[in-house]
Amino acid sequence: MELLTNVLAATVVAGTPLLLVALGELVCERSGVLNLGQEGMMLMGAVAGFIAAQASGSLAVGVFAAILTGIAMSMLFALMAVTLAANQYAAGLALTIFGTGLSAFVGAGFVGHSIDGFGKLAIPLLSDLPVIGKVLFTQDLLVYLSLILFVSVLLFLSRTRGGLLLRAVGESPHAANANGLKVMTVRYLAVAFGGGMAGLAGAYLSLAYTPMWTEGMTAGRGWIALALVVFASWRPERVLLGAYLFGAASILHLVLQGLGWKSSTELLAMLPYVVTILMLVLLSWHPARTRLNTPLSLGQPYRPGR
Amino acid sequence: MSMATRLRLENIVKEYPGCRANDGIDLVVEAGEIHALLGENGAGKSTLMKVIYGVVQPDEGRIIWNGHPVTVDSPARARELGIGMVFQHFSLFETLTVAENIALNLPADETRDRRQLEQRIRDVSERYGMALDPRRYVSTLSMGERQRVEIVRCLIQESTLLILDEPTSVLTPQEVRVLFQTLRQLAKEGCSILFISHKLEEVRALCDNATVLRQGRVSGDCRPAEVSATEIARLMVGDDTPISTQVGESEPGALLLSVEGLSWRTDDPFGTSLSDIRFSLREGEIVGIAGVAGNGQEELLKALSGEIRLSGHAIRFAGTAIDGLAPQERRRLGMAVVPEERLGRGAVPSMSLASNALLTASGQGLVAHGLIRYPKVRAFSREVIRRFGVRCVSEDSSAASLSGGNLQKYILGREALQNPKLLIASHPTWGVDVGSAVAIHEALVALRDQGAAILLISEDLDELYQLCNRMGALCHGRLSPLVPTAGLSIERLGQWMAGDFPQEVSDAAA
Repeated sequence: MELLTNVLAATVVAGTPLLLVALGELVCERSGVLNLGQEGMMLMGAVAGFIAAQASGSLAVGVFAAILTGIAMSMLFALMAVTLAANQYAAGLALTIFGTGLSAFVGAGFVGHSIDGFGKLAIPLLSDLPVIGKVLFTQDLLVYLSLILFVSVLLFLSRTRGGLLLRAVGESPHAANANGLKVMTVRYLAVAFGGGMAGLAGAYLSLAYTPMWTEGMTAGRGWIALALVVFASWRPERVLLGAYLFGAASILHLVLQGLGWKSSTELLAMLPYVVTILMLVLLSWHPARTRLNTPLSLGQPYRPGR
Repeated sequence: MSMATRLRLENIVKEYPGCRANDGIDLVVEAGEIHALLGENGAGKSTLMKVIYGVVQPDEGRIIWNGHPVTVDSPARARELGIGMVFQHFSLFETLTVAENIALNLPADETRDRRQLEQRIRDVSERYGMALDPRRYVSTLSMGERQRVEIVRCLIQESTLLILDEPTSVLTPQEVRVLFQTLRQLAKEGCSILFISHKLEEVRALCDNATVLRQGRVSGDCRPAEVSATEIARLMVGDDTPISTQVGESEPGALLLSVEGLSWRTDDPFGTSLSDIRFSLREGEIVGIAGVAGNGQEELLKALSGEIRLSGHAIRFAGTAIDGLAPQERRRLGMAVVPEERLGRGAVPSMSLASNALLTASGQGLVAHGLIRYPKVRAFSREVIRRFGVRCVSEDSSAASLSGGNLQKYILGREALQNPKLLIASHPTWGVDVGSAVAIHEALVALRDQGAAILLISEDLDELYQLCNRMGALCHGRLSPLVPTAGLSIERLGQWMAGDFPQEVSDAAA
């Protein structure tokens, strides 16, 4: 029981950065913009958050810097892919390559430093509940924030006028424009949200998960997030499920190693990626249900006045 | 009519690269008037409409609204002024509900109370005889219902000028009658209506005044009820274009295609399943299938062409079951298809006409030992261009550079030159100028007279009545009986298009 509780608690922690970046990308894609730059934005967020936190001595400043850096990166992308209507795939890939390189360059002097990251903060009463108390209510601040953000995105998409606007623009920017909706503004805001979330996810890695900076520390989570959003059929609740599944599989691989599983570490390290993708492929099997949530204009640059 | 002038356009000019879409257009719409804007595709109707609705800005000219010069720089501004627009290809969002679609166009404070909004939608729609359920998803609505959503949306915003772009092209004859009643009621209450169409009889039945456009200019104004359809048609197409085809009698021969109990389930929420389709087709006859778009036409075409493959023995062509055959194998047996989309399915837009010939005609000796024989390909392509009067620079022109009518002639010619036993054509004259439409009709009749069977899927009832030996209608993936055209009244066909036909099918010719 003790082991299970610990594993579940670790699962939530491991799944959180993925949840954050995937929620951001989900909102971004719902507006019809595919940003392949998640990995780059996350890395920049991670390094900026780490440097700012170390320099200022404040984790809050670090988180704030990471979010701003993510937004700044995403604006670079928006300029190319939204305003100039460049190919979204190419612009996103460029952003990842740029972010990977720049973060390595900026962070070169900080490799090996460490700071005191976010500690666990038990929520009174709730944390006394069996199992759940430890798994969900004895976590760090950013985990709580990620859950609040998840609920917010869920409500935003289904219950608010803003969510309606976002879905409308993602389905057909031309129809949206003909209806007098501000396509460019909606897309910019969606891209910025995606950038901010990627930055925050990066900060989670460098300030909470493993409070230090190493080059390429996102280890492909940005890419997994992209796959996650697609296989989750653009639905937040499935993104949550997929993210924690990934978390569980990454913990499982550590547990198996700890139990002396005789297999190559490389194969075991693949586990979270393979399990997550397989699971989500199975979940998104139903093509009809998927299509109702798919942003039809995804990946297509929009040029007004045509 | 001593009414105030609602909209006056003075000398509107809009130029696109290589084309002066609007070349000095004047137009006056009075309050409470139903005004027709007539013209062929490419005459400048759509551009003018976009100018009025603020989608594009005119290069020159003035827009005067209720006596005041205005600048309409966006659709939002147009709606503020009271200009509402019902698009031909609806500007609705399929994954949202009716109420959500309408809410998107209203100020935020009017949409906060969903229940109140739903009630407003019900009130307005019932008042004008257009029942609507605000909670349905648009993807589940028929074309006629979607149009109602657009109209109700305009009415809720209290538009005083309603622009309707080809509103009847997606409706059954009965639905058209209901729409006209609604429009007349609106006009009586003082709303102006700009009715864009190329269907002359409708304009004559509905509109007070008409402005006719040709090649970006006003070619005439008239009171449509007082002049003949032929006179209006002359204003639309000019003096030297034939405006109708003479179709001779034909003698159908042996049974060629029989379809018995063809059913297919779609897994696309926006698609239509086919259920128990039965019909037969003889050599030397043209059989028509009418219906409002989205009732299974596309799926039926795909099932017949082989893009959808089935198991079983529902489709027999010259005695052989072809359900499982690929499109290329069906072609080899003598079937040819002219799909609805010219660019993208009928032809590859960026490729030359000659290369496009290869898409379906590679079996005509154009390929040997796996290598393309370009001289033969060019010769074949030139032959199509010559025989079917395709206007283009040469066989090296890209498909995208041709006008809709010319490309359609080319695609049809490419199939006809291969002497098919069966030709399936879907909306062959959709968006095509009158001259090309006549040429296409003549080509179809010529093919019929050579003994080919032709299945014509179309929304254009005039076309079907003119060309077909027998016809019926498709609704919700079910096919009505196919009966001789001469004995089928338009009222009956309208009922069939709405799905009101006997379940057991008596195939008159079989």
